[in-house]
Amino acid sequence: MDTAYLIETVIKVVVILLIFSALAGIGTYFERKVLAFMQRRLGPMYVGPYGLLQVAADGVKLFTKEDIIPTNVVGRIFKIAPVITAATAFMAAAAIPFLPSFTLFGYEVHPIVADINIGILYILGIMGVGLYGPLLGGMASANKFSLLSAARGAAVFISYEVVTGLSILAPIMMVGSLSLVDFNNYQIENGWIVFNMYGVGFVAFILFWIAAFAETGRTPFHLIANDHEIIDGFGTEYSGMRWGLFFIGEYANMFFISFVIPLLFLGGYGDGSFLGALALLGKVAFFFFFFLWTRAAWPDVRPDQLMWLCWKVLMPVAVINVVIAGFLMMF
Amino acid sequence: MFEAIAFYLFSFLTITMFFIAVTTSQALYALTALAAGMIFISAFFFILGADFLGAIQIVVYSGAVMALYAFGMMFFDTTRDVKEKQGNKFIVVCMGVLAAVLVVVIFAAPIVGDNIVALYPMTEGAGNTQEVGMVLFTKYLVPFEVAAVMLLVAMIAGIVLAGKKMDISLTLTSDDKIKEDENNKKVLL
Repeated sequence: MDTAYLIETVIKVVVILLIFSALAGIGTYFERKVLAFMQRRLGPMYVGPYGLLQVAADGVKLFTKEDIIPTNVVGRIFKIAPVITAATAFMAAAAIPFLPSFTLFGYEVHPIVADINIGILYILGIMGVGLYGPLLGGMASANKFSLLSAARGAAVFISYEVVTGLSILAPIMMVGSLSLVDFNNYQIENGWIVFNMYGVGFVAFILFWIAAFAETGRTPFHLIANDHEIIDGFGTEYSGMRWGLFFIGEYANMFFISFVIPLLFLGGYGDGSFLGALALLGKVAFFFFFFLWTRAAWPDVRPDQLMWLCWKVLMPVAVINVVIAGFLMMF
Repeated sequence: MFEAIAFYLFSFLTITMFFIAVTTSQALYALTALAAGMIFISAFFFILGADFLGAIQIVVYSGAVMALYAFGMMFFDTTRDVKEKQGNKFIVVCMGVLAAVLVVVIFAAPIVGDNIVALYPMTEGAGNTQEVGMVLFTKYLVPFEVAAVMLLVAMIAGIVLAGKKMDISLTLTSDDKIKEDENNKKVLL
Protein backbone atom coordinates (compact mmCIF):
# COMPACT_ATOMS: atom_id res chain seq x y z
CA MET A 1 0.00 0.00 0.00
CA ASP A 2 1.79 3.11 -1.15
CA THR A 3 1.63 6.48 0.50
CA ALA A 4 -0.07 8.24 -2.43
CA TYR A 5 -3.02 5.84 -2.22
CA LEU A 6 -3.28 6.36 1.51
CA ILE A 7 -3.24 10.15 1.25
CA GLU A 8 -5.76 10.03 -1.61
CA THR A 9 -8.14 7.88 0.44
CA VAL A 10 -7.88 10.08 3.51
CA ILE A 11 -8.57 13.19 1.42
CA LYS A 12 -11.58 11.52 -0.22
CA VAL A 13 -12.98 10.47 3.16
CA VAL A 14 -12.60 13.97 4.57
CA VAL A 15 -14.15 15.60 1.49
CA ILE A 16 -17.17 13.25 1.51
CA LEU A 17 -17.61 13.72 5.25
CA LEU A 18 -17.52 17.53 5.00
CA ILE A 19 -19.72 17.80 1.90
CA PHE A 20 -22.41 15.48 3.14
CA SER A 21 -22.57 16.77 6.70
CA ALA A 22 -23.00 20.24 5.19
CA LEU A 23 -25.56 18.88 2.71
CA ALA A 24 -27.46 17.27 5.59
CA GLY A 25 -27.82 20.71 7.14
CA ILE A 26 -28.85 22.30 3.86
CA GLY A 27 -31.19 19.35 3.31
CA THR A 28 -33.20 20.39 6.37
CA TYR A 29 -33.51 23.88 4.84
CA PHE A 30 -34.72 22.41 1.54
CA GLU A 31 -37.18 20.20 3.35
CA ARG A 32 -38.67 23.10 5.29
CA LYS A 33 -38.88 25.26 2.17
CA VAL A 34 -40.43 22.55 -0.02
CA LEU A 35 -42.93 21.54 2.65
CA ALA A 36 -43.78 25.19 3.22
CA PHE A 37 -44.41 25.91 -0.47
CA MET A 38 -46.55 22.80 -0.81
CA GLN A 39 -48.60 23.94 2.19
CA ARG A 40 -48.83 27.57 0.94
CA ARG A 41 -46.49 28.98 3.56
CA LEU A 42 -43.14 30.71 3.19
CA GLY A 43 -41.02 28.57 5.48
CA PRO A 44 -37.89 30.03 7.09
CA MET A 45 -37.59 33.66 5.96
CA TYR A 46 -36.01 35.75 8.70
CA VAL A 47 -32.39 34.58 8.99
CA GLY A 48 -30.50 35.83 5.95
CA PRO A 49 -31.88 36.19 2.42
CA TYR A 50 -34.82 33.81 1.95
CA GLY A 51 -33.88 32.27 5.30
CA LEU A 52 -30.74 30.75 3.82
CA LEU A 53 -28.74 31.25 7.00
CA GLN A 54 -31.34 29.31 8.99
CA VAL A 55 -29.03 26.30 8.67
CA ALA A 56 -26.23 28.17 10.45
CA ALA A 57 -28.63 29.37 13.13
CA ASP A 58 -29.87 25.84 13.71
CA GLY A 59 -26.29 24.61 13.88
CA VAL A 60 -25.33 27.22 16.46
CA LYS A 61 -28.38 26.34 18.50
CA LEU A 62 -27.73 22.60 18.39
CA PHE A 63 -24.04 22.94 19.21
CA THR A 64 -24.49 25.30 22.13
CA LYS A 65 -27.53 23.64 23.70
CA GLU A 66 -26.98 21.78 26.93
CA ASP A 67 -26.46 18.08 26.40
CA ILE A 68 -28.91 16.56 28.86
CA ILE A 69 -28.59 12.93 29.95
CA PRO A 70 -31.79 12.26 31.92
CA THR A 71 -31.73 10.13 35.06
CA ASN A 72 -32.71 6.45 34.70
CA VAL A 73 -31.47 6.17 31.11
CA VAL A 74 -28.83 3.58 30.27
CA GLY A 75 -26.06 6.14 29.98
CA ARG A 76 -23.54 4.64 27.61
CA ILE A 77 -26.05 3.22 25.16
CA PHE A 78 -27.99 6.47 25.26
CA LYS A 79 -24.84 8.40 24.39
CA ILE A 80 -23.63 6.09 21.64
CA ALA A 81 -26.94 5.63 19.78
CA PRO A 82 -26.87 8.90 17.75
CA VAL A 83 -23.26 8.24 16.81
CA ILE A 84 -24.27 4.87 15.34
CA THR A 85 -26.86 6.49 13.07
CA ALA A 86 -24.49 9.16 11.81
CA ALA A 87 -21.42 6.93 11.53
CA THR A 88 -23.10 4.09 9.65
CA ALA A 89 -24.65 6.53 7.18
CA PHE A 90 -21.19 7.78 6.25
CA MET A 91 -19.62 4.31 6.33
CA ALA A 92 -22.14 3.20 3.71
CA ALA A 93 -20.91 6.01 1.47
CA ALA A 94 -17.52 4.31 1.12
CA ALA A 95 -18.71 2.11 -1.76
CA ILE A 96 -20.72 4.71 -3.69
CA PRO A 97 -19.14 6.22 -6.83
CA PHE A 98 -20.32 9.81 -6.51
CA LEU A 99 -19.02 11.04 -9.86
CA PRO A 100 -17.22 9.55 -12.86
CA SER A 101 -13.44 9.56 -12.54
CA PHE A 102 -11.83 12.79 -13.65
CA THR A 103 -8.34 14.20 -14.01
CA LEU A 104 -7.22 16.83 -11.54
CA PHE A 105 -3.74 18.41 -12.05
CA GLY A 106 -2.69 15.43 -14.15
CA TYR A 107 -3.76 12.95 -11.47
CA GLU A 108 -6.70 10.64 -12.11
CA VAL A 109 -9.23 10.79 -9.29
CA HIS A 110 -11.83 8.09 -8.72
CA PRO A 111 -14.56 9.65 -6.56
CA ILE A 112 -15.22 6.38 -4.71
CA VAL A 113 -13.45 5.59 -1.46
CA ALA A 114 -13.22 1.82 -1.95
CA ASP A 115 -14.37 0.04 -5.10
CA ILE A 116 -14.97 -3.26 -3.33
CA ASN A 117 -16.55 -5.94 -5.49
CA ILE A 118 -19.57 -6.31 -3.20
CA GLY A 119 -20.51 -2.63 -3.18
CA ILE A 120 -24.30 -2.74 -3.12
CA LEU A 121 -24.46 -5.53 -0.53
CA TYR A 122 -22.09 -3.60 1.73
CA ILE A 123 -24.07 -0.37 1.32
CA LEU A 124 -27.40 -2.00 2.17
CA GLY A 125 -25.92 -3.95 5.08
CA ILE A 126 -24.35 -0.90 6.69
CA MET A 127 -27.47 1.21 6.09
CA GLY A 128 -29.44 -1.54 7.83
CA VAL A 129 -27.11 -1.30 10.83
CA GLY A 130 -28.02 2.41 10.91
CA LEU A 131 -31.45 1.49 12.26
CA TYR A 132 -29.70 0.37 15.46
CA GLY A 133 -29.39 4.05 16.33
CA PRO A 134 -33.13 4.72 16.77
CA LEU A 135 -33.60 1.26 18.28
CA LEU A 136 -30.91 1.72 20.94
CA GLY A 137 -31.85 5.33 21.57
CA GLY A 138 -35.46 4.35 22.11
CA MET A 139 -34.68 1.38 24.31
CA ALA A 140 -32.17 3.22 26.48
CA SER A 141 -34.36 6.28 27.03
CA ALA A 142 -36.46 4.98 29.95
CA ASN A 143 -39.51 6.51 28.27
CA LYS A 144 -42.42 4.39 27.12
CA PHE A 145 -43.04 6.38 23.96
CA SER A 146 -39.39 6.04 23.04
CA LEU A 147 -39.66 2.31 23.66
CA LEU A 148 -42.73 2.10 21.42
CA SER A 149 -40.83 3.90 18.72
CA ALA A 150 -37.92 1.48 19.11
CA ALA A 151 -40.32 -1.45 18.72
CA ARG A 152 -41.63 0.12 15.53
CA GLY A 153 -38.06 0.58 14.35
CA ALA A 154 -37.47 -3.15 14.76
CA ALA A 155 -40.72 -3.86 12.87
CA VAL A 156 -39.64 -1.60 10.00
CA PHE A 157 -36.24 -3.24 9.93
CA ILE A 158 -37.50 -6.80 9.65
CA SER A 159 -40.05 -5.85 6.97
CA TYR A 160 -38.11 -3.80 4.45
CA GLU A 161 -34.82 -5.72 4.41
CA VAL A 162 -36.34 -8.68 2.59
CA VAL A 163 -37.81 -6.42 -0.09
CA THR A 164 -34.58 -4.51 -0.74
CA GLY A 165 -32.61 -7.73 -0.92
CA LEU A 166 -34.98 -9.47 -3.30
CA SER A 167 -35.68 -6.44 -5.49
CA ILE A 168 -32.03 -5.84 -6.37
CA LEU A 169 -31.54 -9.53 -7.12
CA ALA A 170 -32.91 -9.22 -10.67
CA PRO A 171 -30.59 -6.31 -11.63
CA ILE A 172 -27.67 -8.15 -10.03
CA MET A 173 -28.49 -11.19 -12.20
CA MET A 174 -28.43 -8.97 -15.30
CA VAL A 175 -25.14 -7.29 -14.43
CA GLY A 176 -23.42 -10.28 -12.83
CA SER A 177 -21.60 -8.12 -10.30
CA LEU A 178 -22.31 -6.33 -7.04
CA SER A 179 -20.07 -3.32 -7.66
CA LEU A 180 -21.86 -0.06 -8.44
CA VAL A 181 -19.14 0.84 -10.97
CA ASP A 182 -19.92 -2.37 -12.86
CA PHE A 183 -23.62 -1.51 -12.72
CA ASN A 184 -22.83 1.83 -14.33
CA ASN A 185 -20.63 0.30 -17.02
CA TYR A 186 -23.26 -2.35 -17.81
CA GLN A 187 -25.84 0.35 -18.36
CA ILE A 188 -23.61 2.24 -20.81
CA GLU A 189 -23.78 -0.74 -23.18
CA ASN A 190 -27.23 -2.16 -22.47
CA GLY A 191 -29.32 0.88 -21.66
CA TRP A 192 -30.87 1.75 -18.32
CA ILE A 193 -31.86 -1.24 -16.21
CA VAL A 194 -35.32 0.28 -15.63
CA PHE A 195 -36.20 -0.36 -19.27
CA ASN A 196 -34.41 -3.70 -19.53
CA MET A 197 -35.92 -7.15 -19.86
CA TYR A 198 -39.59 -6.46 -20.57
CA GLY A 199 -40.39 -4.59 -17.37
CA VAL A 200 -38.51 -6.80 -14.91
CA GLY A 201 -36.12 -3.94 -14.32
CA PHE A 202 -38.99 -1.52 -13.87
CA VAL A 203 -40.70 -3.67 -11.22
CA ALA A 204 -37.39 -4.06 -9.39
CA PHE A 205 -36.90 -0.29 -9.55
CA ILE A 206 -40.32 0.46 -8.06
CA LEU A 207 -39.85 -2.14 -5.29
CA PHE A 208 -36.43 -0.80 -4.40
CA TRP A 209 -37.75 2.74 -4.39
CA ILE A 210 -40.56 1.83 -1.98
CA ALA A 211 -38.12 -0.02 0.25
CA ALA A 212 -35.80 2.99 0.18
CA PHE A 213 -38.48 4.98 1.99
CA ALA A 214 -38.55 2.37 4.75
CA GLU A 215 -34.76 2.19 4.78
CA THR A 216 -34.38 5.92 5.40
CA GLY A 217 -37.48 6.05 7.61
CA ARG A 218 -39.17 8.69 5.47
CA THR A 219 -42.78 9.62 5.56
CA PRO A 220 -45.08 6.91 4.38
CA PHE A 221 -43.03 4.65 6.66
CA HIS A 222 -41.94 7.25 9.18
CA LEU A 223 -42.94 4.98 12.03
CA ILE A 224 -39.88 5.34 14.21
CA ALA A 225 -40.68 8.94 15.14
CA ASN A 226 -44.26 8.50 16.35
CA ASP A 227 -45.83 11.46 14.58
CA HIS A 228 -49.20 10.18 15.81
CA GLU A 229 -48.24 10.88 19.40
CA ILE A 230 -47.02 14.37 18.52
CA ILE A 231 -43.62 13.63 20.03
CA ASP A 232 -40.36 12.66 18.43
CA GLY A 233 -40.32 8.94 19.25
CA PHE A 234 -36.80 7.72 19.96
CA GLY A 235 -35.56 11.31 19.98
CA THR A 236 -37.88 12.49 22.76
CA GLU A 237 -35.25 12.44 25.50
CA TYR A 238 -32.44 13.78 23.35
CA SER A 239 -31.28 17.35 23.15
CA GLY A 240 -28.53 19.38 21.55
CA MET A 241 -26.04 17.84 19.18
CA ARG A 242 -26.93 14.26 20.05
CA TRP A 243 -30.35 14.88 18.60
CA GLY A 244 -28.66 16.70 15.71
CA LEU A 245 -26.57 13.61 14.95
CA PHE A 246 -29.75 11.60 14.40
CA PHE A 247 -30.78 14.26 11.89
CA ILE A 248 -27.43 14.30 10.11
CA GLY A 249 -27.60 10.51 9.82
CA GLU A 250 -31.13 10.56 8.42
CA TYR A 251 -30.42 13.24 5.82
CA ALA A 252 -27.05 11.78 4.83
CA ASN A 253 -28.84 8.45 4.35
CA MET A 254 -31.42 10.13 2.13
CA PHE A 255 -28.69 11.62 -0.04
CA PHE A 256 -26.79 8.35 -0.26
CA ILE A 257 -29.84 6.31 -1.19
CA SER A 258 -30.67 9.00 -3.77
CA PHE A 259 -27.25 8.27 -5.26
CA VAL A 260 -27.72 4.51 -5.12
CA ILE A 261 -31.10 4.41 -6.92
CA PRO A 262 -29.92 6.16 -10.13
CA LEU A 263 -26.65 4.21 -10.09
CA LEU A 264 -28.54 0.94 -9.84
CA PHE A 265 -31.42 1.55 -12.20
CA LEU A 266 -31.18 4.84 -14.09
CA GLY A 267 -27.85 4.73 -15.86
CA GLY A 268 -25.77 6.38 -13.12
CA TYR A 269 -23.24 8.84 -14.54
CA GLY A 270 -23.35 7.28 -17.99
CA ASP A 271 -20.17 7.28 -20.04
CA GLY A 272 -18.36 9.47 -17.53
CA SER A 273 -18.50 12.76 -19.45
CA PHE A 274 -19.20 16.08 -17.75
CA LEU A 275 -22.82 15.88 -18.91
CA GLY A 276 -23.14 12.40 -17.43
CA ALA A 277 -21.94 13.68 -14.08
CA LEU A 278 -24.44 16.52 -14.24
CA ALA A 279 -27.19 14.06 -15.17
CA LEU A 280 -26.35 11.94 -12.10
CA LEU A 281 -26.56 14.99 -9.85
CA GLY A 282 -29.87 15.89 -11.47
CA LYS A 283 -31.28 12.43 -10.82
CA VAL A 284 -30.05 12.61 -7.21
CA ALA A 285 -31.77 15.98 -6.81
CA PHE A 286 -35.00 14.52 -8.18
CA PHE A 287 -34.98 11.56 -5.81
CA PHE A 288 -34.16 13.78 -2.86
CA PHE A 289 -36.98 16.11 -3.86
CA PHE A 290 -39.29 13.13 -4.17
CA PHE A 291 -38.61 12.22 -0.53
CA LEU A 292 -39.78 15.70 0.49
CA TRP A 293 -42.71 15.66 -1.94
CA THR A 294 -44.00 12.40 -0.46
CA ARG A 295 -43.73 13.83 3.02
CA ALA A 296 -45.95 16.73 2.01
CA ALA A 297 -48.46 14.61 0.12
CA TRP A 298 -48.86 11.35 2.03
CA PRO A 299 -49.98 10.33 5.53
CA ASP A 300 -48.05 7.77 7.55
CA VAL A 301 -49.11 4.14 7.44
CA ARG A 302 -49.58 2.02 10.56
CA PRO A 303 -46.85 -0.49 11.51
CA ASP A 304 -49.12 -3.44 10.72
CA GLN A 305 -49.94 -1.92 7.34
CA LEU A 306 -46.24 -1.61 6.59
CA MET A 307 -45.62 -5.23 7.53
CA TRP A 308 -48.65 -6.30 5.49
CA LEU A 309 -47.37 -4.34 2.50
CA CYS A 310 -43.81 -5.64 2.74
CA TRP A 311 -44.46 -9.28 3.50
CA LYS A 312 -47.71 -9.98 1.67
CA VAL A 313 -47.49 -7.70 -1.37
CA LEU A 314 -43.95 -6.57 -2.12
CA MET A 315 -42.12 -9.75 -1.20
CA PRO A 316 -44.18 -12.08 -3.42
CA VAL A 317 -43.93 -9.58 -6.27
CA ALA A 318 -40.17 -9.42 -5.80
CA VAL A 319 -39.85 -13.22 -5.76
CA ILE A 320 -41.96 -13.60 -8.92
CA ASN A 321 -39.88 -10.86 -10.50
CA VAL A 322 -36.67 -12.74 -9.77
CA VAL A 323 -38.11 -15.98 -11.17
CA ILE A 324 -39.22 -14.23 -14.38
CA ALA A 325 -35.77 -12.63 -14.69
CA GLY A 326 -34.22 -16.08 -14.33
CA PHE A 327 -36.44 -17.57 -17.06
CA LEU A 328 -35.80 -14.64 -19.41
CA MET A 329 -32.05 -15.00 -18.96
CA MET A 330 -32.09 -18.76 -19.51
CA PHE A 331 -34.16 -18.87 -22.68
CA MET B 1 1.56 -3.47 8.38
CA PHE B 2 -1.98 -2.16 7.99
CA GLU B 3 -3.33 -5.69 8.02
CA ALA B 4 -1.51 -6.45 11.25
CA ILE B 5 -2.79 -3.26 12.88
CA ALA B 6 -6.34 -3.95 11.71
CA PHE B 7 -6.15 -7.56 12.86
CA TYR B 8 -4.96 -6.73 16.38
CA LEU B 9 -7.37 -3.81 16.70
CA PHE B 10 -10.38 -5.87 15.69
CA SER B 11 -9.34 -8.93 17.72
CA PHE B 12 -9.11 -6.71 20.77
CA LEU B 13 -12.47 -5.10 20.01
CA THR B 14 -14.22 -8.39 19.26
CA ILE B 15 -12.95 -10.10 22.41
CA THR B 16 -13.82 -7.08 24.54
CA MET B 17 -17.32 -6.94 23.11
CA PHE B 18 -18.04 -10.61 23.69
CA PHE B 19 -16.53 -10.34 27.17
CA ILE B 20 -18.99 -7.55 27.94
CA ALA B 21 -21.83 -9.58 26.42
CA VAL B 22 -21.06 -12.47 28.76
CA THR B 23 -20.27 -10.63 31.98
CA THR B 24 -22.72 -7.72 32.14
CA SER B 25 -26.04 -8.03 33.93
CA GLN B 26 -27.64 -5.23 31.92
CA ALA B 27 -29.67 -6.69 29.03
CA LEU B 28 -29.17 -3.69 26.76
CA TYR B 29 -25.37 -3.73 27.21
CA ALA B 30 -25.26 -7.44 26.53
CA LEU B 31 -27.32 -7.20 23.34
CA THR B 32 -25.45 -4.19 22.01
CA ALA B 33 -22.08 -5.74 22.76
CA LEU B 34 -23.21 -8.92 21.00
CA ALA B 35 -24.27 -6.99 17.91
CA ALA B 36 -21.06 -4.96 17.90
CA GLY B 37 -18.94 -8.09 18.30
CA MET B 38 -20.72 -9.80 15.42
CA ILE B 39 -20.16 -6.78 13.19
CA PHE B 40 -16.49 -6.47 14.20
CA ILE B 41 -15.96 -10.12 13.21
CA SER B 42 -16.78 -9.13 9.62
CA ALA B 43 -13.54 -7.12 9.66
CA PHE B 44 -11.58 -10.38 9.68
CA PHE B 45 -13.33 -11.50 6.52
CA PHE B 46 -12.50 -8.18 4.88
CA ILE B 47 -8.85 -8.49 5.96
CA LEU B 48 -8.70 -12.00 4.46
CA GLY B 49 -10.14 -10.74 1.16
CA ALA B 50 -13.45 -12.57 1.59
CA ASP B 51 -15.53 -9.45 0.99
CA PHE B 52 -18.73 -11.31 0.26
CA LEU B 53 -18.69 -13.26 3.51
CA GLY B 54 -17.87 -10.07 5.41
CA ALA B 55 -20.89 -8.25 4.03
CA ILE B 56 -23.10 -11.29 4.62
CA GLN B 57 -21.87 -11.42 8.23
CA ILE B 58 -23.01 -7.83 8.73
CA VAL B 59 -26.38 -8.28 6.99
CA VAL B 60 -27.28 -11.57 8.68
CA TYR B 61 -26.18 -10.79 12.22
CA SER B 62 -27.52 -7.25 12.35
CA GLY B 63 -30.92 -8.75 11.50
CA ALA B 64 -30.56 -11.72 13.87
CA VAL B 65 -29.56 -9.61 16.86
CA MET B 66 -32.42 -7.23 16.04
CA ALA B 67 -34.79 -10.15 16.71
CA LEU B 68 -33.05 -10.65 20.08
CA TYR B 69 -33.69 -6.99 20.87
CA ALA B 70 -37.37 -7.59 20.22
CA PHE B 71 -37.31 -10.41 22.78
CA GLY B 72 -35.37 -8.20 25.18
CA MET B 73 -38.09 -5.57 24.85
CA MET B 74 -40.78 -8.16 25.56
CA PHE B 75 -39.26 -9.85 28.59
CA PHE B 76 -37.14 -7.26 30.41
CA ASP B 77 -37.22 -3.70 31.49
CA THR B 78 -34.05 -3.08 29.53
CA THR B 79 -33.09 -0.02 31.53
CA ARG B 80 -32.66 -2.03 34.76
CA ASP B 81 -30.15 -4.68 35.70
CA VAL B 82 -31.34 -8.25 35.38
CA LYS B 83 -31.06 -10.16 38.65
CA GLU B 84 -29.19 -13.29 37.71
CA LYS B 85 -28.99 -16.40 39.79
CA GLN B 86 -25.30 -17.01 40.10
CA GLY B 87 -24.00 -20.15 41.72
CA ASN B 88 -20.30 -20.76 42.13
CA LYS B 89 -18.66 -18.19 39.87
CA PHE B 90 -15.34 -20.05 39.87
CA ILE B 91 -16.88 -23.20 38.37
CA VAL B 92 -18.80 -21.21 35.76
CA VAL B 93 -15.68 -19.38 34.59
CA CYS B 94 -13.56 -22.53 34.56
CA MET B 95 -16.12 -24.50 32.57
CA GLY B 96 -16.57 -21.63 30.15
CA VAL B 97 -12.85 -21.26 29.47
CA LEU B 98 -12.44 -25.03 29.19
CA ALA B 99 -15.29 -25.30 26.69
CA ALA B 100 -13.88 -22.44 24.61
CA VAL B 101 -10.40 -23.99 24.53
CA LEU B 102 -11.88 -27.37 23.60
CA VAL B 103 -13.82 -25.90 20.67
CA VAL B 104 -10.71 -24.11 19.39
CA VAL B 105 -8.64 -27.32 19.69
CA ILE B 106 -11.29 -29.41 17.93
CA PHE B 107 -11.41 -27.03 14.99
CA ALA B 108 -7.73 -26.14 14.90
CA ALA B 109 -6.20 -29.60 15.29
CA PRO B 110 -7.01 -30.95 11.80
CA ILE B 111 -5.87 -27.70 10.19
CA VAL B 112 -2.58 -27.72 12.09
CA GLY B 113 -2.22 -31.44 11.40
CA ASP B 114 -2.06 -31.29 7.61
CA ASN B 115 -1.00 -27.64 7.29
CA ILE B 116 -3.44 -25.44 5.47
CA VAL B 117 -4.19 -26.65 1.98
CA ALA B 118 -6.40 -24.72 -0.40
CA LEU B 119 -8.87 -27.29 -1.72
CA TYR B 120 -10.23 -25.07 -4.44
CA PRO B 121 -7.84 -23.16 -6.66
CA MET B 122 -9.01 -19.68 -7.61
CA THR B 123 -10.78 -19.56 -10.94
CA GLU B 124 -9.32 -17.09 -13.40
CA GLY B 125 -11.39 -13.94 -13.72
CA ALA B 126 -13.99 -14.94 -11.14
CA GLY B 127 -14.68 -12.54 -8.29
CA ASN B 128 -15.12 -13.33 -4.65
CA THR B 129 -18.90 -13.74 -4.93
CA GLN B 130 -18.67 -16.05 -7.96
CA GLU B 131 -16.12 -18.25 -6.14
CA VAL B 132 -18.51 -18.74 -3.22
CA GLY B 133 -21.31 -19.54 -5.66
CA MET B 134 -19.24 -22.09 -7.58
CA VAL B 135 -18.25 -24.00 -4.45
CA LEU B 136 -21.78 -23.83 -3.04
CA PHE B 137 -23.42 -25.19 -6.19
CA THR B 138 -20.90 -27.94 -6.96
CA LYS B 139 -19.17 -29.59 -4.02
CA TYR B 140 -21.51 -28.39 -1.27
CA LEU B 141 -24.76 -28.60 -3.24
CA VAL B 142 -26.36 -31.23 -1.00
CA PRO B 143 -25.65 -29.56 2.36
CA PHE B 144 -26.74 -26.28 0.81
CA GLU B 145 -30.07 -27.70 -0.36
CA VAL B 146 -30.60 -29.53 2.94
CA ALA B 147 -30.07 -26.25 4.77
CA ALA B 148 -32.59 -24.62 2.45
CA VAL B 149 -35.17 -27.32 3.17
CA MET B 150 -34.55 -27.00 6.91
CA LEU B 151 -35.10 -23.25 6.71
CA LEU B 152 -38.31 -23.85 4.78
CA VAL B 153 -39.47 -26.29 7.50
CA ALA B 154 -38.65 -23.73 10.17
CA MET B 155 -40.52 -21.04 8.27
CA ILE B 156 -43.65 -23.16 7.85
CA ALA B 157 -43.48 -24.15 11.51
CA GLY B 158 -43.21 -20.50 12.46
CA ILE B 159 -46.23 -19.62 10.36
CA VAL B 160 -48.27 -22.47 11.83
CA LEU B 161 -47.33 -21.59 15.40
CA ALA B 162 -47.81 -17.85 15.07
CA GLY B 163 -50.59 -17.67 12.52
CA LYS B 164 -53.58 -18.96 14.48
CA LYS B 165 -55.70 -15.93 13.62
CA MET B 166 -54.13 -15.19 10.30
CA ASP B 167 -57.37 -15.46 8.33
CA ILE B 168 -58.54 -12.26 10.04
CA SER B 169 -56.66 -9.23 8.83
CA LEU B 170 -56.79 -6.27 11.19
CA THR B 171 -55.63 -4.10 8.34
CA LEU B 172 -58.54 -4.98 6.08
CA THR B 173 -61.36 -4.97 8.65
CA SER B 174 -63.06 -1.67 9.34
CA ASP B 175 -62.50 0.06 12.66
CA ASP B 176 -66.15 -0.35 13.69
CA LYS B 177 -65.98 -4.11 13.34
CA ILE B 178 -62.88 -4.27 15.48
CA LYS B 179 -64.62 -2.21 18.14
CA GLU B 180 -67.68 -4.48 18.07
CA ASP B 181 -65.68 -7.64 18.70
CA GLU B 182 -66.12 -8.80 22.32
CA ASN B 183 -62.52 -9.94 22.65
CA ASN B 184 -61.15 -6.56 21.67
CA LYS B 185 -63.26 -4.61 24.13
CA LYS B 186 -61.04 -5.41 27.05
CA VAL B 187 -58.02 -4.04 25.20
CA LEU B 188 -59.69 -1.03 23.68
CA LEU B 189 -61.48 0.26 26.76
